Amino acid sequence: MTQTVAVIDYGSGNLHSVAKAVEHAGQCRVLVTADVKEIQSADRVVLPGVGAMGDCMQGLKERGLDLVVLGVIQEKPLMGVCVGMQILTESGEESAGVDALGVFPGQITQFSKSMKNPKGEALKVPHMGWNEVGQRQHPMWTGIADRTRFYFVHSYRYADATAECVVGTCEYGAPFAAALSKPNVFAVQFHPEKSHDAGIQLYRNFLTWDGTC
Amino acid sequence: MGLAKRIIPCLDVDQGRVVKGVQFEDIRDAGDPVEVSRRYNQEGADEITFLDITASHENRATTYETVSRMASEVFIPLTVGGGVRNTDNIRDLLLAGADKVSINTAAVFEPELVKKAAEKFGSQCIVVAIDAKQVEQGRWEIFTHGGRKPTGLDAVEWAVRMVSYGAGEILLTSMDRDGTRDGFDLGLTRSVADAVTVPVIASGGVGHLNHLVDGVVQGHAEAVLAASIFHFAQYTIGEAKEVMAAAGIEVRL
Repeated sequence: MTQTVAVIDYGSGNLHSVAKAVEHAGQCRVLVTADVKEIQSADRVVLPGVGAMGDCMQGLKERGLDLVVLGVIQEKPLMGVCVGMQILTESGEESAGVDALGVFPGQITQFSKSMKNPKGEALKVPHMGWNEVGQRQHPMWTGIADRTRFYFVHSYRYADATAECVVGTCEYGAPFAAALSKPNVFAVQFHPEKSHDAGIQLYRNFLTWDGTC
Repeated sequence: MGLAKRIIPCLDVDQGRVVKGVQFEDIRDAGDPVEVSRRYNQEGADEITFLDITASHENRATTYETVSRMASEVFIPLTVGGGVRNTDNIRDLLLAGADKVSINTAAVFEPELVKKAAEKFGSQCIVVAIDAKQVEQGRWEIFTHGGRKPTGLDAVEWAVRMVSYGAGEILLTSMDRDGTRDGFDLGLTRSVADAVTVPVIASGGVGHLNHLVDGVVQGHAEAVLAASIFHFAQYTIGEAKEVMAAAGIEVRL
């Protein structure tokens, strides 16, 4: 029986790429949906997100999907992507403070405007492009070499790269978290659907992940 | 090690075909955009830029369909520009599968569009394209409509203003160099890159691979864009990255 992957559509931009990348990764049926029943009956769930954390939280809440997400992760694997990762933390400092889902401890904060690289040159914000991800032991990294580059585009980040939930780290001015995990949840700051072969491999791993860390 | 400098092949598309002109005039056919982007994806391109070059003054009916086909097959970022006039155009391109939309002429005539677009869709997907020509030593002005119309706007000041309005990236093309193969206008590139806080993509004039190195090292660009050297298989993206890496530039290999 072909498994079903629900990509949660809560008004956060284009989900075409995420859906196509998951389909490309392996045999599955992908539903881009805001329907509670479809999300609850899917085998796996992807929580995407672009733009502002506040808008994303509002989009989820308006559709009653915040509680659905919290229910889903009690039962089956969920993958958060970009702002979909950020809203799984406790809060964000943008737009005068955003209360988020609180699946992971900690807060999303803005990159400093005065960051420098080792040569002393000012670093641009947003952090946009391909950067290396250092891995901590996790089944989702199967078949992906440590320090493989993934595509990032963001101005806010999870700054505590040493937190217990961090399973991937990146460096831009200072270390920050590229991937967070706990049972049934794997969330990344970068965009696997824009990260070529490594990104497709990550979605492929998600299709077989049993939810353990 | 950290963030890699990006190499971005650019597809200038005219009525569904990839073309490349010399200084936006004499145009040569270089193939089907989906086919060409698939090849660049395999060669290791970091992103792809799709510019509908006739869109400012002709029909763009095929663009959405082409973008959608590209986005279904190519899993790297895709920027689409050309003829973007309003937030509906931007939304349609994002829904078709573009990751970023580049605003050029419309930003000059309606700067507020950049502000509106950044608020509505997020700065991360709003690129402002600047076509500039040198008007005197150390001064460049914005030109629109494929380099045909002067505006009197100073390029560096304009870039700073566009970033303050929410542009997440600047695609900077030297109209003096575009199609000449003489290399980027490094003075222009550096002046803009040093003046803004967002990434600058250098464009216009790449004729050999050392020009890409110059754009990063001397021009301070975060990314380099080229068209014809890649379309006609003069060089592969992989060769370009080897040359950049050999020059000490961090690239994604």
